[in-house]
Amino acid sequence: MISTLQPPRSLSHFRSNPTLLLRYTSLKPLSSLSSQPVTHSTITDQSQSPNPPSHSQILSTRHSLLSRHLTATQLAESFLTRLRLNEPHLRSFLHVSDSVLAQARELDEKIQRNEELGPLAGVLVAIKDNICTAEMPSTAGSRVLEGYTPPYDATAVRKIKKLGGIVVGKTNLDEFGMGSTTEASAYQVTANPWDISRVPGGSSGGSAAAVSARQCMVSLGSDTGGSVRQPASFCGVVGLKPTYGRVSRFGLMAYASSLDVIGCFGTSVADAGILLHAISGHDRLDATSSKREVPDFSAQFVSMNLLESKPLKGLRIGLIRETLDDGVDTGVISAVRTAALHLEELGCCVTEVSLPSFSLGLPAYYILASSESSSNLSRYDGVRYGNQVAADELNSQYMDSRAKGFGSEVKRRILTGTYALSAGYYDAYYKRAQQVRTVIQKSFKTALDEHDILISPAAPSAAYKIGEKKNDPLAMYAGDIMTVNVNLAGLPALVLPCGFVDGGPAGLPVGLQMIGAAFDEGKLLKVAHIFERTLQNCRFVPPLIADEVA
Amino acid sequence: MRSAQTQTATQEKVKPQVKVSPHSTQSKALEKASKDYEAVIGIETHVQLNTLTKAFCSCPYNYGSPPNTSVCPICMGLPGALPVLNLKVIESAVKVGLALNCKLSLNSKFDRKQYFYPDLPKGYQISQFDVPIATSGYIDLDLPLEFGGGHRKFGITRVHMEEDAGKLLHSEGGSYSQESTFLFMLTINIVPLLISYKRVNYILVDLNRAGVPLLEIVSEPDMRNGIEAAEYAAELQRLVRYLGVSNGNMQEGSLRCDVNISVRPIGQLQFGTKVEIKNLNSFSSVSRAIDYEISRQVLLHSQGQDKEIVQETRLWEEGAQKTVTMRKKEGLADYRYFPEPDLPGVFLTTDYVDGIRNSLPELPETKRRRYEMMGLSMQDVLFLANDMNVAEFFDTTITKGADVKLATNWIMGDIAAYMKNEKLTINEIKLTPQELAELIASIKDGTISGKIGKEILFELLAKGGTVKGLIEAKDLVQIVDPAEIEKWVEKVLSENPKQLEQYRGGKTKLQGYFAGQVMKLSKGKANPGLLNKILLEKLNAKS
Repeated sequence: MISTLQPPRSLSHFRSNPTLLLRYTSLKPLSSLSSQPVTHSTITDQSQSPNPPSHSQILSTRHSLLSRHLTATQLAESFLTRLRLNEPHLRSFLHVSDSVLAQARELDEKIQRNEELGPLAGVLVAIKDNICTAEMPSTAGSRVLEGYTPPYDATAVRKIKKLGGIVVGKTNLDEFGMGSTTEASAYQVTANPWDISRVPGGSSGGSAAAVSARQCMVSLGSDTGGSVRQPASFCGVVGLKPTYGRVSRFGLMAYASSLDVIGCFGTSVADAGILLHAISGHDRLDATSSKREVPDFSAQFVSMNLLESKPLKGLRIGLIRETLDDGVDTGVISAVRTAALHLEELGCCVTEVSLPSFSLGLPAYYILASSESSSNLSRYDGVRYGNQVAADELNSQYMDSRAKGFGSEVKRRILTGTYALSAGYYDAYYKRAQQVRTVIQKSFKTALDEHDILISPAAPSAAYKIGEKKNDPLAMYAGDIMTVNVNLAGLPALVLPCGFVDGGPAGLPVGLQMIGAAFDEGKLLKVAHIFERTLQNCRFVPPLIADEVA
Repeated sequence: MRSAQTQTATQEKVKPQVKVSPHSTQSKALEKASKDYEAVIGIETHVQLNTLTKAFCSCPYNYGSPPNTSVCPICMGLPGALPVLNLKVIESAVKVGLALNCKLSLNSKFDRKQYFYPDLPKGYQISQFDVPIATSGYIDLDLPLEFGGGHRKFGITRVHMEEDAGKLLHSEGGSYSQESTFLFMLTINIVPLLISYKRVNYILVDLNRAGVPLLEIVSEPDMRNGIEAAEYAAELQRLVRYLGVSNGNMQEGSLRCDVNISVRPIGQLQFGTKVEIKNLNSFSSVSRAIDYEISRQVLLHSQGQDKEIVQETRLWEEGAQKTVTMRKKEGLADYRYFPEPDLPGVFLTTDYVDGIRNSLPELPETKRRRYEMMGLSMQDVLFLANDMNVAEFFDTTITKGADVKLATNWIMGDIAAYMKNEKLTINEIKLTPQELAELIASIKDGTISGKIGKEILFELLAKGGTVKGLIEAKDLVQIVDPAEIEKWVEKVLSENPKQLEQYRGGKTKLQGYFAGQVMKLSKGKANPGLLNKILLEKLNAKS
């Protein structure tokens, strides 16, 4: 693919006219619902201020509600309308809640009564369907859980609801998170809002597409080997994979327990950060969740000194050499190199860093993830819930229920994992992969001792065509090369759109991955926020909704 | 909960058994052959811990609750649910590990043992595989005298933590069993019988027990016969009860023994083919099943049919008093163990271990050795140390100054008999150690007679109160005034001239009769020694 990069961005523009960065690119909801177009606005007492909050949809929502510029119901209606309009093309949702408007009206009544609002009040959140929701089906994109509604909310969902967030619905995914295109959903294929003939990435393709197409404001995904970051890259949104243990996994249907994390999607770094803050923290229901204090990530978004010409001065950034090798799309390489230049202009010191163990990550990941999944998916036996195929005897019932309930990619991974854990093979596969994992953790540690953050592409290419890799699992697995190492090391990483390559009606977004030290999400958010706010001539609104969104 | 303990301990006590011998013709050959063979026995014991909540969730566990009333998303293995370890499980494991003289692993971990079965909701059991929490220990015990007595030391291979599975209720349905189907139903708050009219076979799953913490204790193959094995199990039961980590009840399945047994010609170093026996619900069935199985295997050996002994799991049938094949092993099961990623490693500090070590109660073996040093017979020692509460009662009585042997006799005699008759535990009787000591002292110093003492004892056992109070209320103080006793003696002699004549005529046995009459007259209060002394004087005095 030949790259057609945007013209190199220059900071001169930024320096000469810093106020341009304050441009308030709010999302204009569809006017069809009300005679007058409604727009977000800052609350009155801040309207004098030259620093409106940001282009964060979450903060804008809050300001709109508090200033009574918009009601929660108006906001919800506008999003639901757009959702309904887009959904036939995108198919990002497996289930849309029927109580969104009721919740919005309830919120409006609270506002009327001047009651205190939670920090996510009125924020419309979509949830990946492998995350349990008590009032909505949660199928993980699998037939084996068709019609299954859990009796409890995942901890992350519970926290969002408690802070006032409204769950819009459940988004499509590769079955149990196993896939990189969302084509492995048992129910439907989700399209990429930038070009509906292309995949949105995966496995959190539904959550990425929904945010990209403004069917919701933010969403939750899960990331076992890149399932938040790669679709964020394909759909041109911000995707944040937190440190392993930062967010409770309770209620996330396990794929590979030692790698799984719940992550966040937003149209801005700020939104991803605010959502992460909302769902982070120790959970007594998840023994692997960290007791570390959760810093106030939003501090990273306001502390930016806009007048400073080199806001990231002294920051050491390592560009991972192995991620720019053969096999990576030249357009992607150019976009990332340009992003590196951009970071340099912001004052960073960018150097190339080598992670020699990088290429070992992919096979180690697929051994470990498959092994754990073969165990985690044992519970889907048709005995207590989900689909049961009646049979003449016990073994047949197990076999038939599972044969019918699981799709081919899931079966492939269960078989791979079962094999890797079998007596006589354990040492050669599982144990060896664990050793590789330790090597990778160490090499990241070394690199992050010398650098504040590491950068790389989020994926070797931009979004590809639906069906292109469907019958070539190895090619699809290879696409995870950029992301799996981060899961093996348990580190936080953020992907944000940094440029475009040719393709589709309006070009295809390319994501830049920033990797930080464990529990250093704050630094990632700060750097990404400044990067995002200083990025010129790039507007990551997909053509599907470009007309609606000013 | 304690009340059930003492009872079952007594009930489950192994009774001496004659070796099972199917036919008299065989039995002679068998007897001869058994001298040439020895059995090698090892035991895997599962001890259910009595923690307030299950191992990995906050559900309580109460034996006998209606099906599926103690369940939650975690122990039902619902999607997205995660285990969190109950720290009491580690505490119990460390206690048992220390009590079994094991080496503790300061860094251990949990693993998943994977297999499919409807009673295993997650499709894997959280267990410990290659790094158990405790290894390489031993247990000391004393065989009861009726089995020949003797001290034994059996090795403990390992102790590890794991979770229990649920229970299956199999239902046989009428005449269509050939084409029956299995319906797996999780009935929450629904009585399973509701669907029993359907003429099919199905299995009902009760997950109340799923996730209840267990300790698996694996012995070395150190036992040689049924009695040793049963006593090993009884000592484990005693130990876990002393430690307070389990009620050790075999009928409820809180203590389950799986026995591995093989037979080899004496002198052979190599083990014979191992057979596993399950379904052993009491110590006596452990003993009898093993002795049956030894006979069976020895017979096969002696008839040159040792090839017939195959690696298999056999079931003890209590009714038929024999073991039958349950399933033959088809190669080794591959459980595909791997480290449990949902749980962090188990790290013990030496401070933590020392804290637990210092809080351990006196254990049965130490107690038995101490009682032995006090001069008690082995029979007394075993009786007193069998039940921690009895031992504590005894110890307190001694502390209050009672004579060791007298206290033992009272406890093992009248008190034990009373408890047995009334089906009470020592904690339920009204008698306190303080009063038992008082009673013994009152007899010893002559305040009351032994006979009165016995009467008071039963009053104290049933109603409580104090020895002093009872003596006062019933005016039971022994009479030691010779003048008063003399008066009674004279009265009895004068009222029985015929007997007196007979006595003096040489029928001296009648002394007892006179003594009884005097005692009766004194309402039992006369000091027996004094009474007899005065009586003899009067009887033998020439008048």
